[in-house]
Amino acid sequence: MPARGVPGAHHQHKGRDMNLKVKSRILDKEGIKRTLQRIAHEILEKNQGVKDLAVIGIKLRGAFLAERIAAQIKDIEGTAVPVGAVDITLYRDDLTEVAEQPVLHATEIEFDITGKKIILVDDVLYTGRTVRCALAELVDFGRPANIQLAVLIDRGHRELPIRPDFVGKNVPTAKNESVEVRLKKPDGVEEVVTLEEKQG
Amino acid sequence: MKKIRTKWTKKHLLGIEELSAEEINLILDQAQGFKEVLERPIPKVPTLRGKTIVNLFCEPSTRTRSSFELAAKRLSADTLSVAASSSSFLKGETLKDTARNIEAMKIDMIIMRHSCAGAPYFLSKWVDASVINAGDGAHEHPTQALLDVFTIKEKLGKVKGRNISIIGDIAHSRVARSNIWALTKLGASVTVCGPKTLIPAGIEKMGVRVACGLEEALKDADVLNVLRIQLERQKKAFFPSIREYVKVFGINRESLEKYARKDVLIMHPGPINRGVELSQDVADGKYSVILEQVTNGVAVRMAVLFLLSHMK
Repeated sequence: MPARGVPGAHHQHKGRDMNLKVKSRILDKEGIKRTLQRIAHEILEKNQGVKDLAVIGIKLRGAFLAERIAAQIKDIEGTAVPVGAVDITLYRDDLTEVAEQPVLHATEIEFDITGKKIILVDDVLYTGRTVRCALAELVDFGRPANIQLAVLIDRGHRELPIRPDFVGKNVPTAKNESVEVRLKKPDGVEEVVTLEEKQG
Repeated sequence: MKKIRTKWTKKHLLGIEELSAEEINLILDQAQGFKEVLERPIPKVPTLRGKTIVNLFCEPSTRTRSSFELAAKRLSADTLSVAASSSSFLKGETLKDTARNIEAMKIDMIIMRHSCAGAPYFLSKWVDASVINAGDGAHEHPTQALLDVFTIKEKLGKVKGRNISIIGDIAHSRVARSNIWALTKLGASVTVCGPKTLIPAGIEKMGVRVACGLEEALKDADVLNVLRIQLERQKKAFFPSIREYVKVFGINRESLEKYARKDVLIMHPGPINRGVELSQDVADGKYSVILEQVTNGVAVRMAVLFLLSHMK
């Protein structure tokens, strides 16, 4: 069962926890596609176009979503925006407590974020601790004009004063449930499901 | 990004001999991430905040000590340096007592260099902190070997199947020993070359080839790892004279042009005796990746500190 308040906990338990079973399917392939399209439109509406816009995803699945949102933005506006990815491993506040050994992946931000309007993307927003780590990391790269948060799923239970600017779907959950976003890259399927503990 | 499946299970880094190829590759993969950190506008991450790391150096060192210290600082750990020349060793305190006293000040890791082979092993039995071997006598210098293979991998894409020649004083070199372990575990072909008196008998058992002369060592080599001739040992007369060593084993432009591949890489663990094992123009020349080794050293040591910091 995903430990509470552990940044990235929903990433690490993805599809591996045998004590969880699918409770319901929230989004299918078409649903995910339409949701990302809407988020892209909302981002452009709020920012009045692509000027100074950049999209940065939180690894692992947030990074894939960031690429897809950026592709949507290009489809709509005809202009490509810079895309990057952050790996929060080195910024976690619980490194000494996690049971499994953390593995560092590369952060890939190959443009200057200073003055940019950054759309930070993750798959599931839960306690807010992952986002806090990503914010701490981003400001070490420069001083963006602002940072906005886009998530595919907001499942509630925030432990920090963090709120998303763009939400694909609000999914009220119990704390013993979890939400999994599965994407063609890297999971091979496209769906969002809620999981609950197996009985008995 | 490829999946990393190996789990790090070691509390100490005492030598390369005890590491598996997978463990070596895990360190190298993680070091890649830390190299990216070092290129950031603010090359510092909060990962080891609250950890205290002690540099216990009972032998002189510039590169290794500063590299470890910088690696620790880039990870936000607190560092403390204890040099033997200014410590209670001179008052006769034993190694064990010194270490246990330092540990009583609540520290997490000890990075140790000592002139006796095995000193870090001894220490690791007596303290709760993680111990990292930063060079013990003529035995091992694991982080040097790790940064060497990291540099080879970065430059040549892979280590497997590459020809690496190690040239110089093999007998007294912990760098050679750790490099041989690391390179052979990763599937490279290793050749050693030097004066007969400085090639240990039976070294072939480590899986290396002994070259009769420089020509044989240079031919087909992708990398030359040129060791420092430890002038302080020359009193014992392992070879007739420095002049003769330079003539027979010195790497210079002529010997490279005559025998070596056009794209050979020149590595050296430092400090260089310019004009002895390496000529001036080769040390600073286009083949040399010596300064890149130093840069990579910080990233590799960050990876080691990061991995060990999770072992209780």
